[in-house]
Amino acid sequence: MKRKTMIKFTDVRKRYYIGKPNELEILHGIDLEIYEGEFVSIVGASGSGKSTMMNIIGMLDRPTEGEYFLDGMKTEKLKDKELSAIRNRKIGFIFQTYNLISRTSALKNVELPMLYFGLDGKTRNRRAKELLDMVGMGERISHRPDELSGGQKQRVAIARAMANDPAVILADEPTGALDSATGRMIMDIFQHLHKEQGKTIVLITHSQELAEETERIVTLKDGVIVGERRGKAC
Amino acid sequence: MLIWENTRLALSGLIANKMRSFLTMIGIVIGIASVIAIMTLGNSIGMSVRQSMDSLGANQIVAGIQRKNTGQKTNSEGLTYLDGPRTEKPSEADLITQEMLDEIQQRFAREITGISLTEQVGEGRIQTGEKRAYVEITGYNRAGLENEKLTLLAGRTLTERDQEEGRNVVLASEKMVRKIFGNHLSEAVGNSVEVLIDKQYVRYTIVGVYQYEESAMDFTVSSEDDIRSALYLPLKAARAQKHNSSGYTRFTALAAPGAEVAKVSKDLQKYMNEKYYRNNESFQISAMNMESMVKSMTQMISGISLVIAAIGGISLLVGGIGVMNIMLVLITERTREIGTRKALGADNNSIRIQFIMESVVLCLIGGVFGVLLGIGAAFAATRAMGYQISPSLQGIAASVIFSALIGIFFGYYPANRAARMDPIEALRYE
Repeated sequence: MKRKTMIKFTDVRKRYYIGKPNELEILHGIDLEIYEGEFVSIVGASGSGKSTMMNIIGMLDRPTEGEYFLDGMKTEKLKDKELSAIRNRKIGFIFQTYNLISRTSALKNVELPMLYFGLDGKTRNRRAKELLDMVGMGERISHRPDELSGGQKQRVAIARAMANDPAVILADEPTGALDSATGRMIMDIFQHLHKEQGKTIVLITHSQELAEETERIVTLKDGVIVGERRGKAC
Repeated sequence: MLIWENTRLALSGLIANKMRSFLTMIGIVIGIASVIAIMTLGNSIGMSVRQSMDSLGANQIVAGIQRKNTGQKTNSEGLTYLDGPRTEKPSEADLITQEMLDEIQQRFAREITGISLTEQVGEGRIQTGEKRAYVEITGYNRAGLENEKLTLLAGRTLTERDQEEGRNVVLASEKMVRKIFGNHLSEAVGNSVEVLIDKQYVRYTIVGVYQYEESAMDFTVSSEDDIRSALYLPLKAARAQKHNSSGYTRFTALAAPGAEVAKVSKDLQKYMNEKYYRNNESFQISAMNMESMVKSMTQMISGISLVIAAIGGISLLVGGIGVMNIMLVLITERTREIGTRKALGADNNSIRIQFIMESVVLCLIGGVFGVLLGIGAAFAATRAMGYQISPSLQGIAASVIFSALIGIFFGYYPANRAARMDPIEALRYE
C-alpha cells in the first residue's frame, strides 16, 4: 500500500547573498520524500544545511530553486498570510530553547496557536488542558515558564506544537538543552505521539544516538544527502 | 477577540515592567494633564465671567459718547499723531441731554422699557469707633434702581419724591449695616451715617436695607472686610454732590423682554448719531450690549486657553516620542518572542496589532491618569480663585481619544518593524 506523501523536496537548492561576490549555496539539490505517519530524523554536523532544511520544511524560508510540497500543496507562491496560516495549521514547531512566551502561563502558551487559528476561548481552554494532561503537565497549567524546569518547559512546548493537530511535528534538537534522563522522557513522548497518534515527526539533530531511535535516518553533509538508512524504531 | 487578547497581553507586559511603563507614561500623563487643566480652567473662568455678566443684565444696552477718530493727522515726516490732547473733556454741547433721552424713549417706546442713569459719587469709608465698612456711593434714577432688582429687608426703597428733591437718603446693604449697627437691621433705618469721601465727610440717612448678594467679581479683593458694598442714592443727589447739572456721558437703555437686544443697540446708535451727533466734530455715540461683550470676552478667554493648551500639547509630542523609543526597546527585547509567534502562525498583521495595542494601552492609561490629574489641578486652581469648576466634557473625551491616537501614531513604526522581522533571524536572536 502506497502511503501518502507529507513532505516532498524535488531538487531543492538554497542560495544566500544572490548576485553578490560572496554568494553561497547551502543546499545543493535535495530530493526527499517523507510519508504520513513517519518518524524521520535529519542528521548532520553544524553547517551541513540541516537548519536551512528545517526552515524550508517549516515554511519559514523558501527554496531558491526546486520545489517543496507540503501535504500535496505547492508552496512556491504563497504570501505571508497564507504561509502563516499553513505554519499555524500544518506545522508544530519544537525548539531546542523551548521559546515559550515568558510572561504568560503554560496554559496560555499552549492556547497561542489556537488563538491565531481563531478558536474561541472556551474551546482553546479545554483543548489546552487536554494537551497539557497528555504530556503530564496537567498539574502546572498556571505556572509561568520561569517557574518550570527545562524538561517541563519542553513538555509544554510539545503540547503547544500539538495544539492545532498539525500534519508535521518539526523538532529542532528538542533534547539539546536537557540532561539525558529528561531527554529520555521527551523522546518517549515523541515515541508515544508517533505510535499512538500516528503523527508525522521530523527530528533534526546532530546526535547519531538520538537519530537511531527514529524510523529513518537521513544524513546530510555539506548540503547534500549522503545517506539514508533505517533506524531502530522501524 | 484578538483585540481583547492583545489588550490582556499588553497589560501583563506593562505590569511586568512597572517602573518602565510608569516612566514612559509620565510624558503622556503630564501632557494630557496640562492640556486638560488649562482647558478646564479656561472653561471655568469663561463660564463664571459669562454668568456674572449675565447677572449684570443681558437686556442692557450701554450707550455713551465716544471721541471720533478723525483727529489723526500725518505730519511731513510721515508720522501719525493724534490732533490735540487725547484726554480732552467733552464740552457741554457734546453731552447727552435729558431732552435726547426723552425723545429716545418715545422713539423706541416698544423696544425700550426704561433708561437707567447712574452717577458715581465715589468710594468711601464709614467709621464709628472700632467699626468700619467700605462703601461705594452711586446715584440711580428710578429705572436704574428698578433694574438692580434689590430685595429690601427693612425700611423702604427710594421714592419719586426722593428722586425729585434729590434728598441725601440711601439704601444700604445688610453687610454694611450689620458691621455698623449690628444684627437688628430695622434699627439702622432712619439713622444716618457719615461717609468719608475724598477727605470730606458726607452725611446720608438710611431709609432702607437691601439684601447683599455676593458677586463673582468679589474674588479680586483679598479680605472679606475689604469688600465694598453699594450705597444707593437718588440720582439728583449724586449729581448735586458732583456739581454736575448738565448732560450725561452715558446711559443704559433697558431692552423690553423679547426685544432683539443687538438690533435695538445698533438702531439706537444709528438714530442718535444721525439725529444729534451728525454735526459734532469730536464726539459720537457708541452703543454696546452685554451679549456682544460677553461673546467677545468668552471668545478671548477660550482663544487664550486654546493657545496655552497647544503649548501643553508639545509635551504630548515629547511623551509620544518617549513611547516610541520604549516600544523600539521592547521589540528588540522580544525579538525571539516575535519569531516564535510567527513560527506558531501569527501573520505580520497580528504582530503589528499586538504591538500597536501595547502602545495604545500604555498611552490610554497615561491619558486617563492625565485627565484625572488635570481635572484635579484645575479643581484646586478654580477653588483657589473662587470660581465654579466646569470641566469641558468634549475636552476630556478629545484628550482620551487623542492619547489613543498618540499610541497608534508612535506605536506604528515600531510595530511595523516587529511585523516585518524575518522569523528565522528573530528565532536565532540571542
